[in-house]
Amino acid sequence: MYSEFYRSLYRIRRVEEEMARIYPSDKIRSPMHLSIGQEAVAVGVCEALHRDDVVFGTYRGHATYLAKGGDLKKMIAELYGKIDGCSKGKGGSMHLVDVEHGVMGTSAIVGTTIANSVGYAYAMKYQQKKIITASFFGDGAVDEGVFYESLNFAALKNLPIIFICENNSYAIHSHQLTRQHTDNIVQRAISCGVRAEKIEDNNIIQIYESVKDAAEKIRQESYGPVLFECMTYRWREHVGPNEDYGLGYRSREEAQKWIDMDQLTIVADKIPEKERLLIEKEVNKEIQQAVEFAEESLFPDKKELLTDIFKEN
Amino acid sequence: MKRVISYIEAVREATDQEMEIDPNVIVMGQGVDDPKAILGTTLGLVQKYGPERVFDTPLAEDAMEGVAIGMALAGLRPIHTHIRMDFLMLAMNQIVNVAAKTHYMYGGQETVPMVIRSIIGKSWGQGAQHSQALYSYFMHVPGLKVVTPTTPFDAKGCLITAIRDNNPVIYIEHRLLHFQKGVVPLDSYTVESGKARVAIIGSDITIVGISYMQVEASRAQVYLQEKGISAEIIDPIWLNPLDIQTIVDSVNKTGRLLVVDNDWMNCGASAEIITQVVEHLQGQIIQVHRMGFAPTTCPPTPTLEDEFYPNGQSIAATAYTMVTRKQDWFPDERIDLKSIEFKGPF
Repeated sequence: MYSEFYRSLYRIRRVEEEMARIYPSDKIRSPMHLSIGQEAVAVGVCEALHRDDVVFGTYRGHATYLAKGGDLKKMIAELYGKIDGCSKGKGGSMHLVDVEHGVMGTSAIVGTTIANSVGYAYAMKYQQKKIITASFFGDGAVDEGVFYESLNFAALKNLPIIFICENNSYAIHSHQLTRQHTDNIVQRAISCGVRAEKIEDNNIIQIYESVKDAAEKIRQESYGPVLFECMTYRWREHVGPNEDYGLGYRSREEAQKWIDMDQLTIVADKIPEKERLLIEKEVNKEIQQAVEFAEESLFPDKKELLTDIFKEN
Repeated sequence: MKRVISYIEAVREATDQEMEIDPNVIVMGQGVDDPKAILGTTLGLVQKYGPERVFDTPLAEDAMEGVAIGMALAGLRPIHTHIRMDFLMLAMNQIVNVAAKTHYMYGGQETVPMVIRSIIGKSWGQGAQHSQALYSYFMHVPGLKVVTPTTPFDAKGCLITAIRDNNPVIYIEHRLLHFQKGVVPLDSYTVESGKARVAIIGSDITIVGISYMQVEASRAQVYLQEKGISAEIIDPIWLNPLDIQTIVDSVNKTGRLLVVDNDWMNCGASAEIITQVVEHLQGQIIQVHRMGFAPTTCPPTPTLEDEFYPNGQSIAATAYTMVTRKQDWFPDERIDLKSIEFKGPF
């Protein structure tokens, strides 16, 4: 279990570090919202899901995409704007998709995919499929009306869905308590009729076990929707490759608490060094190959501008 | 013997027939399963197909439009019904930012086969927020199809086409068109998207009537006969894709184009149609004119409301002026050309 966690955590961390390294070269011309520091939530959730379960995510979606099994080569090619990208260069970093691996999409409009994931869960229930939908969003999405509307409907119809609030305390540069009267996302969910639990400290083991337990209950019985508020922290700036502690809206001291309990380091300590080094070697090779793939892939032909507007009937 | 049914029955029948052959078709929306059944258009469906396939929704247009999209992503074909088009403003984010863009921004990996039904209100004091025809908003955005059927035949055929379409279709009814009666085959059929219809053949002027204004334009055609003017009446049916060629061919023949919209003119469908016709007929001398809502909020009081909308008489007078260059005729109202289907109260 720890090996899988480590591989996934390390892979996401290293992919994003590489993307941050390449970003200033202008080869990636797509606004990039890094998940560095928050990987544990996506990995803990996705490791607990089945392969044919699905996820809906946000513009900070690299971790969600990769943790669920999204194709790495296609992701990097997408960031490069190449035709072999997961969206043929028409989506960019904020619109990653890999239907084959259950990554149903990510949105740049905060909160929108919450409703889409609820609709998907309705369809799964209607089609009597034992598939779970996981809906990722941040604490900023809880500001949006669509959050409450969606949770209400999910509870009303007792849908097989797990809401994952990645609470990193900030919507761009605004702290949660400058936007919300009280830090009570769990209570808000419960008042909509959704079971809810807060998980502190970015704790991957607890996230994994809680989601696994909820997923099993949802699959076996008519258990209904569940929300997990996963406390986490974004180490880098809202958008772009750098740190932003100099801006003054938050302090490095605040971040240090989270850096000190980096789940990547914690999980690394739980597996034999030899195994860890092998994982790292394999992952770095995979990333190198994926970057080469993206570099060599072609830009879309100009005729692509006007294709995919409508699906042919 | 040809069967005559109402527009309401045509919408209901199209939905019923598609639900019968495709279990993926779902009807959702505020009031779709209540006793009034969206003015009768969803009558009996919940009894026949059950509450999982026909369900009322919370008053949450934003999320519920998103829910419909999510259902479509999973292969269902939801028909999300809104009893007034004005309510779509609460769902714009999901329609414009998600439904319209999903297929393109995911490089063709995903599709959103859904129908968004909505109804434009008119008369008996519908007022500011129950009368808007905001279809030009949707025509503006690539990735959405927009249809405004005016006859019971097209109501059924276009709805079946829309349900089977693999893309989001904004299907717009008009409350007063609901009372139209016409010949509608019992068997299932489709009305091809992106095809206009020449409703009445004429030679002196082309009048394009959109949505309910198709009815008023057809009345104008009768008034104009009093003056010996032959008007060709075109129903565009689909606003996106728009069959501009049928309109261009007509204007090429008549040299005159009057577009009568059931909407404001500024940046509206009338502006789009006239621009495209002029682009097609560069260098030719043609007359163009348009009519639509008065450039103000729709008032409920009858004296002002009557002024707000074009009608058969005002359309005829405008067309007469275009053809004759004279302004000396405004037809007297004819009882046989009066709206008598709806008496109120709502």
